[in-house]
Amino acid sequence: MTGIDLGKKERIDRLAELTATGPDQGGVSLTRDALRRLRRNPVALLGAFLVFIFVFVAAFAPLLAPKDPRTLYLLREVRPNFIPGSREGFPLGVDNLGRDELSRLILGSQQSLLIGVVSTIMGLVVGMGFGILAGGLGGKIDTVVMRLVDIMLSIPGLLMAITVALLLGFNQFSIMVAIAVTQVPIFARLLRGSMLAQRNSDYAVASRCLGVPQRKIIFGHVLPNSVSPVIVQATLSLATAIIEAAALSFLGLGNADRAIPEWGSMLAEAQDFLTVAPRLAFYPCICIVIAALGFTLLGEALREALDPKFRR
Amino acid sequence: MLRFIARRLLQLIPILFGLSILLFVWLRQLPGGPGRALLGERATAEQIEAINEQLGLNDSIFVQYWRFLSRVLQFNFGTSIQTGRPVTTEFFQRFPGTVELTLFAIAFAIILGIPLGYLAARRHGSFLDSASVVASLLGVTIPVFFLAYLLRFGFAVELGWLPGSGRQDVRLDATHPTGFFVLDGVLTREYDAALDAFLHLVLPGIALGTIPLAIIVRITRASVLDVINEDYVRTAESKGLATSTIRRRHILRNAMLPVATTIGLQTGLLLSGAVLTETVFAFGGVGSFIADAIGQRDYAVLQGFILILAVVYVLVNLLVDISYGLIDPRVRVR
Repeated sequence: MTGIDLGKKERIDRLAELTATGPDQGGVSLTRDALRRLRRNPVALLGAFLVFIFVFVAAFAPLLAPKDPRTLYLLREVRPNFIPGSREGFPLGVDNLGRDELSRLILGSQQSLLIGVVSTIMGLVVGMGFGILAGGLGGKIDTVVMRLVDIMLSIPGLLMAITVALLLGFNQFSIMVAIAVTQVPIFARLLRGSMLAQRNSDYAVASRCLGVPQRKIIFGHVLPNSVSPVIVQATLSLATAIIEAAALSFLGLGNADRAIPEWGSMLAEAQDFLTVAPRLAFYPCICIVIAALGFTLLGEALREALDPKFRR
Repeated sequence: MLRFIARRLLQLIPILFGLSILLFVWLRQLPGGPGRALLGERATAEQIEAINEQLGLNDSIFVQYWRFLSRVLQFNFGTSIQTGRPVTTEFFQRFPGTVELTLFAIAFAIILGIPLGYLAARRHGSFLDSASVVASLLGVTIPVFFLAYLLRFGFAVELGWLPGSGRQDVRLDATHPTGFFVLDGVLTREYDAALDAFLHLVLPGIALGTIPLAIIVRITRASVLDVINEDYVRTAESKGLATSTIRRRHILRNAMLPVATTIGLQTGLLLSGAVLTETVFAFGGVGSFIADAIGQRDYAVLQGFILILAVVYVLVNLLVDISYGLIDPRVRVR
C-alpha cells in the first residue's frame, strides 16, 4: 500500500494490457516459453531461492528453532540498560524478556507466511469474482462493479486496512481480512481488463457464433487466457501482504497475544530498546525484507517472462 | 476542459458516498456502540444513554444515516479521549506538520529521481542503468519503517548529526502563527527556529521519500526510454540540433507526462499515509497521532482522521487528474 500502488489504476490496466496478449502465436506455448525464460533469468532464480528459504523455514519452524520461543531464559540478566547479546546457546542473543531471539525469528516466519498467503488468497478469490462478473458479463453489471472497485481503490491502502482491522477487532483474522480488502480492487480491475481484451478476440467471437453458451465461453475460453496478469499480481501481492501485515502489527493492530512471535510486533517492541539493543529491531526487519524481496523479484521476473514485449 | 472537470467532480460523489457509508457502519459496529466510542471507556451508563438519546439511535437506520451525514458535514467528529479536545482541532493542529514532511519527501524524490531516471535511460544497458533498476526495486521492497529505523539509528542515535524525533527542539520556544514550523521561523525572523525545524524534517523526509524516489526513477527511466526511440527524436538528431535542446524540448517534455501523474499520486499517498514513518520518528503529525489513537482505542479520532485524510487523498487525486488534462490535451477527449 505504501508506494507500490503508483497510479494504481493506470498500473493495473497496463499490466492487464501487457500480459494478456492472446494465446500462442508461434508454435511454442506461452507458458512453456515463459518458464524457459524464467529459468535463465538470474533475478527469477534469486527470487525463487529467497522464497524457498522463507517457505522452508516457516514449514519446519518448530523443528528448526533451537529453543522454546516463549521461555524467559535470561530474564534475570536483563537490565534497563543491558540486554544480553550473542552467546553460547543464544546465537542472536535474547530479547527484552530474555527469550531466545533466533527461535522467535524462526517461528515468526510462520505468522508472516500464514497472513501473507491467506490474505492474498482471500483477496484473489473475491477480486477474481468481481473481475469475472464485470469482465465476463459486461454492461450494467460491469459499470456497477467497477464503480464499487474504484471507490475501494480511491481510499489509501493503509487507512483502509486500519479501518477494516479496527472494525473486526484485535486478532490475526482481522489483519488477514484487512489486507485482503486492500487487494480485492486490484485483482478485480486487473482481471476485468484482461478479460475485456479477450472477449472480443477471434476465438471468443467464433465460439459465440457457433452458439457455445456464454458461461462456457467465459470459463472455458476467456478466463484461462486472462489469468496470467493475475498470477503475476498475486506473486507481487504476497510481498505487499507480508510488509502490510508487519506494518499493521507494528501499529499494534495484530494479535493481542504477544507471546506468539511475529516480526511486526517484535519490531514494535524493540522500538523501546533502540539505544540499548538496536539488533532487536534489525533482525525482524531483515527477515521482512528477505521474505518480501523474494516474492517481489519472482513476481517482476514472471511479469517480464509473460510480457511479449520482452520475447526474443 | 470545463466538461472534463465537471465530469471528474461528479465522479467524486459516489466515492464520498461510499466512504461515508463505510464509516457509518464502522461507527455502529464499535464495541459499546457510538456512545461509548465518542465518550470513551470511562463514560457511565447514564451518559451513554443520554448520547444515544441525543443521537436518536432508536430511529430508523435511514434517519440515523442522515443525521450522521449532517454531523460529518459540519466537521463534528466528537472529542478525542486522549486530549479531551475536538477531533477537528486536533487534526488541523497536526496537519501542517504532515504537509511539511510530505513536501520535503517529494522534493527529495523529484530532485534525485528525475536526473537518475534520465541518466539510466540515456545509458541504457550500462552499469548505472542496471544499478538504478536494482536500487529502485530494493527501494520499493524495503518496508518504510525499516528504512526509518536505519536512518534514525545511524544518523540520530549513533552519529548524532541530525535530530531523530519531534518537529522542533522544545527548548527553542518559537512562536507558531501558521503551524508550518519552517515557514513560521522565516515569517517571525527566528531563523534558528526555521533551520531547526528544517533539520527535523531531514531524516523522516528521506525515509518517507525513498519509495516515491524509487518509483519516480523507474517511471522516468521507462518513459524516457519510450520517447528516445520515437521518430521525432531521431529527426531532431539528424537535423543536427544541440543535445541540450533535444533533451529539453523533445525528450523531457514528452517523457514528463507519466512522471507528473506519478508525482501527484505519490503526494496524495504521502499526505494520507505517513503513519509508519511519523511513528518511528515521533514526528507529531497526523500519522503519529493515528498510531497513538490505535494504542489508546481513541475511536473518535480514528474515525475523523481517516475520513478527512481519505477526502484529502481523493481531492489531491482529482487535482492530479485535472492537471493532467491541462498538460495533455489527449486525456480530455477520452
